[in-house]
Amino acid sequence: MSSQPTERVAAVVIGAGHAGLAASHFLSDRSIDHVVLERGEVANSWRRERWDSLRLLTPNWQSRLPGQRYEGPDPDGYMTMGEVTEFIERFAVVSGAPVRTGTDVTSLRRTDDGYHVSTSQGDFGARAVVIASGACNRPSVPPLAAAVPGSVEQLTPFEYRGPAKLPDGRVLVVGASATGVQLAAELQRSGRPVTLSVGEHVRLPRTYRGRDVLWWMDASGVWDQRYDEVEDLTRARRLPSPQLVGTPERATLDLNALTSMGVELVGRWAAVRDGRALFSGGLRNMFSLADLKQRRLLDTFDEWAREAGRDAEVGPPERFEPTRVPSSARLQLDLGSGEIRAIVWATGFRPDYGWLDVPALDTKGRLNHEGGVVDSPGLYALGLPVLRRRKSSFIYGIEDDAREVIGHLAGHLADARQ
Amino acid sequence: MTTVTNGVNVQALLDAREVLKGAPDAAQFTWRASAKWQGGVHSQIKVQSFFGLGEEQNHKEEWSFEADHPEVFAAEDNGITPIEYLLVGLASCLTGGIASVAENRGIQLRSVESVVEGGHDIRGILGADSDVRNGFNDIKVTFTIDADASREDIEALVAQSQKRSAVYDALTNPTNVIVEVA
Repeated sequence: MSSQPTERVAAVVIGAGHAGLAASHFLSDRSIDHVVLERGEVANSWRRERWDSLRLLTPNWQSRLPGQRYEGPDPDGYMTMGEVTEFIERFAVVSGAPVRTGTDVTSLRRTDDGYHVSTSQGDFGARAVVIASGACNRPSVPPLAAAVPGSVEQLTPFEYRGPAKLPDGRVLVVGASATGVQLAAELQRSGRPVTLSVGEHVRLPRTYRGRDVLWWMDASGVWDQRYDEVEDLTRARRLPSPQLVGTPERATLDLNALTSMGVELVGRWAAVRDGRALFSGGLRNMFSLADLKQRRLLDTFDEWAREAGRDAEVGPPERFEPTRVPSSARLQLDLGSGEIRAIVWATGFRPDYGWLDVPALDTKGRLNHEGGVVDSPGLYALGLPVLRRRKSSFIYGIEDDAREVIGHLAGHLADARQ
Repeated sequence: MTTVTNGVNVQALLDAREVLKGAPDAAQFTWRASAKWQGGVHSQIKVQSFFGLGEEQNHKEEWSFEADHPEVFAAEDNGITPIEYLLVGLASCLTGGIASVAENRGIQLRSVESVVEGGHDIRGILGADSDVRNGFNDIKVTFTIDADASREDIEALVAQSQKRSAVYDALTNPTNVIVEVA
């Protein structure tokens, strides 16, 4: 318990990543008195919770925050984590965000006139709170991890920095989202043979008709599709990150690319029985689903280009080879045989709301909200997948979301004053 | 969009999905079959009752099935082999799934036919080679579908039906099986 008196502000923003800082920008624009509480430093997750080789999935020209754009020499390149950190830090300085670093929120609860925020550096009282603490605070690891023999080293992406820390020998990478395919490729290149366990995934080419695939997502309007227009919002919010990597070569990193490198593909890891990992025999359909969805998305792009009269400025339509099915994917693997020396769990991330003492979570621990407006007056969220539109969780997508959510927050404060 | 009539009450299924989202207990079903040895390797299996939506349920009538082995197995062939019942289950599950997904997507089906083939090395069950498994080595399903849809849309129907198939899941993923003596 802190002996300091509670500090009163109109609004508290939790988290000084791109989302929290964008919120702060629009709060300052409206002269709303606020603080941004940050457990570590500005852009903390980008500094400490990413592997060394990671670059943004979005091209530099899409690195955009309110009033700040990429102005370097390589608009089509992808930022390293150092560059992202610097980009976000600069935004914090330029926008004069009132950030309190090293301030860990331990509890958020409702009061008669708003919220009480307890932190490691004292308490705050606010009429509104913006949760911008991120969507990827904890790696999600399935319960079957507990059945893996102790002789096999297990890592989450939070512990993984690069291949050097892993033992020599075969590595089982679990999950084929952006994280899984990137780590599988890096480990395979390091001379460690990789087996990749593949469940549902999102296949995308890095470039399409000569443009970055994320240019297409943006230009065609797919990324601007609103949360209340998305057919199956729950599914859209749970969608794994696409199989993309940001490299200077702008190379596609789909399963065919991994197969060509020598990565072994197996089905979704379903169970451990008698010390053996059992993989699903449904791998072929995982490929079919992803291939069909990719083709449908490319059809959408082509249709947009035709209708918008943009065909001349891009290359001719392309169709990619279907995912090659291994002649006989292994259905099981003896975890005790020594063949597999390490397992990397690229099985997703989840937010951590352990400090949230407001009943706003669903039965699966996800925040209940309607376009960032939480079902608790004055409580808001930013920076979650498809929060208000498909681009919400990208740096590029935060400006529109933050403007609208802070607009709602300002309305709430005005109503409360009347 | 013209109304499609594949005969699947998709609205009822969608309604059930919404209701059961908030009532996981009611979603717990137990399916049952009771078998009785008839002599030789012939057995008769009856199916009528099951549990679901919180209470005992019944099929409209009791269904009866004969299982045996063909004459090349030196049996009397009073019914299909047990492993063929897995093919029956898979084909019917995927076909029902295709009809449901088609109805939901507004695709009129005219005919849906399939051939299911399970590759089986019987040295496993005969104990002739301990490296050979007892069950199927692989299963191949080939659909021939006539519908008001592009080939790509038809492929998507078939992919989605696998994604939501109970039997496909039961065959492709391990299941804990407990067998005991009462």
